[in-house]
Amino acid sequence: MRFDTPATTNPIDQLKIIGKPTDRIDGPLKTTGAAPYAYERHDVVPNQAYGHVVGAAIAKGRITSMDLAAARRAPGVLAIVTAENAGRLAKGNLNTATLLGGPEIEHYHQAIAVVVAESFEQARAAAQLIRVDYVRAAGRFDLAAVKDSGRPAPLFSGPADTAVGDFADAFAAAPVQLDATYTTPDQAHAMMEPHASIAAWDGDRLTLWTSNQMIDWTTGELAKTLGIAKEKVRLISPFIGGGFGGKLFLRADALLAALGARAAGRPVKVALPRPLMFNNTTHRPATIQRLRIGATREGRITAIGHESWSGDLPGGKPEAAVQQTRLLYAGANRLTTTRLAELDLAEGNAMRAPGEAPGLMALEIAIDEMAEKLGLDPIEFRILNDTKVDPEKPDRPFSQRNLTQCLRLGAERFGWSRRSARPGQHREGRWLLGMGVAAAYRGAPVETSGARIRLDGSGMVTVETDMTDIGTGSYTIIGQTAAEMMGVPLDKVVVRLGDSSFPVSAGSGGQWGANSATAGVYAACVKLREAVAQKLGFNAAEVVFADGEVRSGNRRVPLAEAAGESGLLAEDRMEYGDLDKRYQQGTFAAQFIEAGVDAATGEIRVRRMLSVCDAGRILNPKTARSQVIGGMTMGVGAALMEELVVDKRLGFFVNHDLAGYEVPVHADIPHQEVIFLDEADPTTSPMKAKGVAELGICGIGAAVANAIHNATGLRVRDYPITLDKLLDRLPAVG
Amino acid sequence: MPKLTLTVNGASHELALDTRTTLLDALREHLHLTGTKKGCDHGQCGACTVIVDGRRINACLTLAVMHEGASVTTIEGLGRPEAPHPMQAAFVKHDGYQCGYCTPGQVCSAVAVLDEIKAGIPSHASADLAASPQVTAAELRERMSGNICRCGAYSNIVDAITEVAGRQA
Repeated sequence: MRFDTPATTNPIDQLKIIGKPTDRIDGPLKTTGAAPYAYERHDVVPNQAYGHVVGAAIAKGRITSMDLAAARRAPGVLAIVTAENAGRLAKGNLNTATLLGGPEIEHYHQAIAVVVAESFEQARAAAQLIRVDYVRAAGRFDLAAVKDSGRPAPLFSGPADTAVGDFADAFAAAPVQLDATYTTPDQAHAMMEPHASIAAWDGDRLTLWTSNQMIDWTTGELAKTLGIAKEKVRLISPFIGGGFGGKLFLRADALLAALGARAAGRPVKVALPRPLMFNNTTHRPATIQRLRIGATREGRITAIGHESWSGDLPGGKPEAAVQQTRLLYAGANRLTTTRLAELDLAEGNAMRAPGEAPGLMALEIAIDEMAEKLGLDPIEFRILNDTKVDPEKPDRPFSQRNLTQCLRLGAERFGWSRRSARPGQHREGRWLLGMGVAAAYRGAPVETSGARIRLDGSGMVTVETDMTDIGTGSYTIIGQTAAEMMGVPLDKVVVRLGDSSFPVSAGSGGQWGANSATAGVYAACVKLREAVAQKLGFNAAEVVFADGEVRSGNRRVPLAEAAGESGLLAEDRMEYGDLDKRYQQGTFAAQFIEAGVDAATGEIRVRRMLSVCDAGRILNPKTARSQVIGGMTMGVGAALMEELVVDKRLGFFVNHDLAGYEVPVHADIPHQEVIFLDEADPTTSPMKAKGVAELGICGIGAAVANAIHNATGLRVRDYPITLDKLLDRLPAVG
Repeated sequence: MPKLTLTVNGASHELALDTRTTLLDALREHLHLTGTKKGCDHGQCGACTVIVDGRRINACLTLAVMHEGASVTTIEGLGRPEAPHPMQAAFVKHDGYQCGYCTPGQVCSAVAVLDEIKAGIPSHASADLAASPQVTAAELRERMSGNICRCGAYSNIVDAITEVAGRQA
């Protein structure tokens, strides 16, 4: 099915099941520990052995020798795989560094061996006996030091450099100017389930039970890396313990499980130890960002320029921190540049809202600073510069954009009128209190997505698609879509996900999953409805599916009877025309924070949080709200604590575990409020939905920073905002 | 290998284990009770929380052989999909989870936290160490802070625990 004109009325608009805050259908399994994750599949194949991964102890250089003898002799050891004995391996198209390093080492903790043994303890102990000699090479580990060597690097959404009008002249002529530089650190996904896989070979066919967001990509990448046909590889990933972009790609657990299993001649399971994950896998790259904004005295932006520098391994990609600045505010003269320098740290790549999250952390402080210079309320300044069209292409409208409504409604609900424009005015005991706001923007991409639907003789509807549920609620919204389309209650729908033998879906990434995957299910359901109508001799255009029946005129037939004993099967996918070119499709939010800063110690506490979201039709307000509060929580982490600390001499992330890399815990997060505007966007798909999974993180970092400024009068432009950055500047305590 | 008797969820198990095997791996790899999760294997995340002789512990930070004769309650012992514990049902109702990986640890911790408050055990959030602690959001957030949820379901988890506590009172 092709979607190339805006949607009109369709069965989803009944909103009998879609749009309801339904409990997750996978909830009883997850809350009772019955949902099986990758490493736990004792049920699927007998005789599993254990693989333990060894990581490189240098950041860049060469292995001169590996002595495996003691490890080979250790109790229980079945096989040891290194680059030397693994056979010829290719590199996947989506990997920047090779997953099994040696003799060349490209980054610290790059995997260099997997030891396979009868037990986990034996594999781990034997791995310690491998002796490796290295020759270190000089590496580049300091972004600030190498940034000026950066080259123009295109973003996923556009060129490296963009320019509209004459930024330099307009900025120079602007009566009110801001020129400020901001930094964001390297960050880790730190999902709760480590990367894990069980591999089993049957002749030349490989089955991998794994934890991965993108089944079709990764099936192809594993096949390519091993040099075998994609058809010989099957991936199964029904439950995924978080991803946030960290499980988009083939990683070392999967490859080394496959190689270990081949070498040991039996199934092998591998999980990356937590302390290995931070330097072995991908991370969100650090940025240095310069913002220049010029405005009239009345507060109209006349010039806006955003330049960003980041680093990655040779052949890697930039952090696309400028992309939202092309779209968020009006202004005739515009400039963005993206520069990518080479660094020899682990691979930088996508993490929740890549580009926008760090980009808005900078831009939305700059907007707050500009409002302060202008003597304008930061909400009014944003509203004054709102736009209904793509600022670079004024004849291209946003499909929907209600940022102003989000800001106004949020201000009312949050009690913004109680905020003092002058910082440092509110005190409650030892706490300095402040409020901050930021706008959030995240694109609403859609991707081709397929599904297969079976209607059986008992009236059950089974949906199969290789879509994944990484905590997003895919199981539930896909079930709701099929139930709405087929006119059955949700408990008559079975949803099966995350298997490469199912039709290829959009997968989970880029906030595209919910809309894309349900639209694919919609397409398959349309086909199934046609098959049912045709079998019954009904006119497909008039047929109604409701209450477990098919109705046409005064005829009504139970679905189970229509399916008959043999059942009916339909498969289709949704593909897209150029609506995303004709319209700028995006999601918006206004995000509000109240923070307290201890006047004596500089301790920062987030006290209240609100997000008002404009994100198309909300398919399930309960799971969508969870996505938003999850993003808000990660945004607090980005604002206040998350930072991979780089050892610039030896070239690695020092705090590579969950004790050193701090993420928000219960005590850091207050009650969170989320409001969704009641919207439906007919340009995005028949579902009229967008996505919310990444929107929630986008503005929170800056909103926290702005609240801290409002509380203390101190402006911190280098994240995370830890108390040491406030302490020596806080007013003296009597 | 040393022999060990463990009572897990009311059933007695005889195990012969490597002395290096953690209680967590004994549960997951030997008894195939995989509801208890391994998130960090270093006592930093709380995903492996189980209740041993009435107290919650990180099963990754203790060796199985140290628990001869102990009684262990895991997530599977609290309830099943078709017959959930009230805490499990409340997590579903309040969407107190997303990916589900930290969830068994959160649920086990939550059940134990309410018992700790009932037993009068104070926390860092208790204003008066001599008074009986109450079920407040601040007490719950403090006591649950050893259980990380990277999906960020904290606000909903506190709602779920609060509801169960109210029902118990």
